[in-house]
Amino acid sequence: MPDLLLELRSEEIPARMQRRAADDLKKLVTDALVERGFLYEGAKAFATPRRLALHVAGLPPRGQDVREERKGPRVGAPEGAVQGFLKSAGLASLDEATIVKDPKKGEFYVAVIERPGRATLDVLAEILPQIVRSFPWPKSMRWGEASARPGALRWVRPLQSIVATFGPETETPDVVPFEVDGIAAGTTTYGHRFLAPDAIEVRRFDDYVQALERAKVVLDVERRKDIILHDARDLAFARGLELVEDEGLLEEVAGLVEWPVVLLGTYDEAFLDIPAEAIRATIRANQKCFVLRQAGTDTLAPAFVLTSNLVASDGGLAITAGNERVVRARLSDAKFFWETDKGIRLEDRLPKLDTIVFHEKLGTQGARVKRIASLAFALTDDIDADPRLVDRAAKLAKTDLVTEMVGEFPELQGLMGRTYASLQGEDPRVAAAIEDHYRPVGPTDRVPTEPVSVAVALADKLDILTGFWWIDEKPTGSKDPYALRRAALGVIRLILENNLRLSLVGHLFDAAFHAHGRRRAFQIEFGDRTPEELEQALGALGDDAFADTLGNDLLAFFADRLKVYLRDKGARHDLIDAVFALPGQDDLLMVVRRVEALGQFLETDDGRNLLAGYKRAANILRIEEKKDGRAHDAAPDAALAAQGEPEERALADALARAGETASAAVAGEDFAGAMRALSTLRAPVDAFFERVTVNADDPALRRNRLALLNALRAATREVADFSRIEG
Amino acid sequence: MSSASPISSAVDLAPETSFQGLILTLQRFWAAQGCVILQPYDMEVGAGTFHPATTLRALGPKPWKAAYVQPSRRPKDGRYGENPNRLQHYYQFQVILKPNPPNLQELYLASLDAIGVDLKLHDIRFVEDDWESPTLGAWGLGWECWCDGMEVSQFTYFQQVAGFECAPVAGELTYGLERLAMYVQGVENVYDLNFNGGTGDERVSYGDVFLQAEQEYSRHNFEAADTAMLFRQFTDAEKACRTYLDAGAPEGGTGRHRMAQPAYDQCIKASHVFNLLDARGVISVTERQSYILRVRELAKACGAAWLQTAGGGAG
Repeated sequence: MPDLLLELRSEEIPARMQRRAADDLKKLVTDALVERGFLYEGAKAFATPRRLALHVAGLPPRGQDVREERKGPRVGAPEGAVQGFLKSAGLASLDEATIVKDPKKGEFYVAVIERPGRATLDVLAEILPQIVRSFPWPKSMRWGEASARPGALRWVRPLQSIVATFGPETETPDVVPFEVDGIAAGTTTYGHRFLAPDAIEVRRFDDYVQALERAKVVLDVERRKDIILHDARDLAFARGLELVEDEGLLEEVAGLVEWPVVLLGTYDEAFLDIPAEAIRATIRANQKCFVLRQAGTDTLAPAFVLTSNLVASDGGLAITAGNERVVRARLSDAKFFWETDKGIRLEDRLPKLDTIVFHEKLGTQGARVKRIASLAFALTDDIDADPRLVDRAAKLAKTDLVTEMVGEFPELQGLMGRTYASLQGEDPRVAAAIEDHYRPVGPTDRVPTEPVSVAVALADKLDILTGFWWIDEKPTGSKDPYALRRAALGVIRLILENNLRLSLVGHLFDAAFHAHGRRRAFQIEFGDRTPEELEQALGALGDDAFADTLGNDLLAFFADRLKVYLRDKGARHDLIDAVFALPGQDDLLMVVRRVEALGQFLETDDGRNLLAGYKRAANILRIEEKKDGRAHDAAPDAALAAQGEPEERALADALARAGETASAAVAGEDFAGAMRALSTLRAPVDAFFERVTVNADDPALRRNRLALLNALRAATREVADFSRIEG
Repeated sequence: MSSASPISSAVDLAPETSFQGLILTLQRFWAAQGCVILQPYDMEVGAGTFHPATTLRALGPKPWKAAYVQPSRRPKDGRYGENPNRLQHYYQFQVILKPNPPNLQELYLASLDAIGVDLKLHDIRFVEDDWESPTLGAWGLGWECWCDGMEVSQFTYFQQVAGFECAPVAGELTYGLERLAMYVQGVENVYDLNFNGGTGDERVSYGDVFLQAEQEYSRHNFEAADTAMLFRQFTDAEKACRTYLDAGAPEGGTGRHRMAQPAYDQCIKASHVFNLLDARGVISVTERQSYILRVRELAKACGAAWLQTAGGGAG
């Protein structure tokens, strides 16, 4: 079976785009083939800084022949019908059609149209240029003379050549005949820019990979990563050191070289005064080099590993020396930042935060810090944190944003704050909170547990969430520029993993919205009023009502995030809906406990049968209420029930008992107990449906039986809205 | 004659041994590629891109090849002559080729070879760096060019300038001359660079030429620059730019613009004044954005005017 080899060679492709581009190329080509009925055995795509390549193995040489029979008019039909038939079937005359006899319909014409399958080569020649023209690069450009014309080809950087061959293993493959903007597909490519500058001829995938390898190009990024990682580990090991591994950096570095050559450089030990993370950040961000540590310790060693793209004629001496020089200059800068920062106490940096705009509608970082501090303070009782420490940590939490070090390396935010705080003798809990208040950053990040950290971390996230709700910039679809979903997940994890009892709407949102409301009113509209006038103005604005609406909207957002979070842990989303459908459910810990208990209950026979009974009752009620045009929501009359069937009486008694017990259990937050109480209803409900006719002839009896069903509906609402439960 | 030549053989103009040798070599190299070798623009600019030979000539359909040194001023980067790598005044070598030739990368590498960077010994890399100038309303895609881990040049394919699509696209190369010279001379401190290639008494260092200036201008930029005057100058330049654009506007709506370049000078002026004000720390974060937008509006208007001139390809 023939194979396709495709290579799109260009000037240097940004490292961060390579993997995605290879995936896209594979998907676009194979999808286009499959769509046209061409199946294949396997496909693999590759990327280096200078090329995207694709191998599609096991394609048929041509598509399937198609035979189609088209039924025409009966023999002797009017001329118009005959002509129409000839035209649509592509026949010159009726001689080319066959006549078929049908016992019922008589004789009629049939045209047999045979279409041979198209040659795969032709189909590729049609597909490939379209894919090149519409390739989904995140950013693309025009270049050269062609760019003067509208509709010029766009590529990530200038596209220089295309190799496209198709054919079986045993023969010389064909070139797929196409061109894009003057670049014709062929069999010529180039290897490493410096180590093998001559043109190379390739025929099919196997010899392509080998030819590239000879021309100092490792096509597969996984192999390049492997080479870099192993060589780096070996180099470190030979010096008694250990590589500080970094997958993100490895991926990036592998996208910057076609032929990795790993070298080891050193720097002056005196730089080790600088915090290790800052050294690492400098060397990583600016030089794309790995740092090393003393074997078996956390102590950095004054050495780094660089990955060059060249087998240099001096064995890499000049390259190492050059890199060492740049690292030295960078570390001198970092040391300067470090020394300068140490000279200014964090609290003295607060005024600077007032000059930094956080968001044009939400004011400065300084204003944000004040809000975070007041909110964190409001949380201290719930979290049992020392209010003095919380206040201090909240106020210092953002001060490292205006340090030189964080200005240079934003990814060190928090960490530098903690370092500087420890250095100036802050309480260790305050220092830790400065770093940890950003946490958890993602679904797998560590959740702070120290109460001071928890208070500031919650306040930080709630301030962002309520702030953006306040100015109506909520996430939509895939757009979430302020990472609000992540912030909400952070709040959820902080609450659940610390077993915190907090009312979101009534307590947290309220406090946070208030901070925004006062600030906004004050800054924008009433900057020059007295405090009395301001209070009056606040009342007129209707801040509270506004905040309530927003609070409920934000709670719905939390419910969605909680669903995602619990679904990942295996919970059913319909159970979460069933619990949130009850009024006043904004204590996340209780919501989760309730969902868990409900889930366990529904796993039991009693639970499943009660749910079935509930559904039956709800159905009957729906139909009858519609028929009667009114709700049957009155309490059942026990005396009337007592005169009816024994099952009716039994159900009335059971409902009264279960409702009361479940309600008491819920009040005591014993959800399992509430479920147990409900489970006692199963037998009487089953018996009721078996023996009792709801639609009795006696209207009073019928009404009372419907009221009984309604009482069942009400009893289940003690724990959840059963109507939301699926199955 | 015994006193024949005052130019002694002690002066070495190889690119590896003198700063000016490096400049001369680059000029010869790009002259051989058909570039017009221009002299620096006679105004204060933040980068070689501001020179009308790049900004304006990048617009319109006419082919254009030029190379020049441009002294560049970044008031905020002043370090009173105390930092071995940072300067508030430095030199860029700028090459602009419109349309970019298909082998621009190879030409660039050949120019490195010409100035003494042995491509068999040094690790040259093209690392993604998309260039954008908010004040010029310009952007392009390209790379920073690394030599052994050090950024020595910017390589950009202009996609848009002054808010207009570049058609055709121009390729722009910007060499950081001091950095490159430090590299080829093997010097760690910019002030130690050999400027003229002389030895002994004949040796003139970069510090001999510029150290005092760095000290004085750092003082000026951070401490003394007259902000009231600068605010006035900004407004004046902005107004003058508009005035010249109006005065030179095509008459009857069909002709050519007659004063695009003088107007653009005022845009350059406004941009530099803004940089000075920024260095003095008198522009707040929010104001900053609005100043940048004001300069960009001027740049756009000048670009539009240029496209109505012969140089801009107007018929």
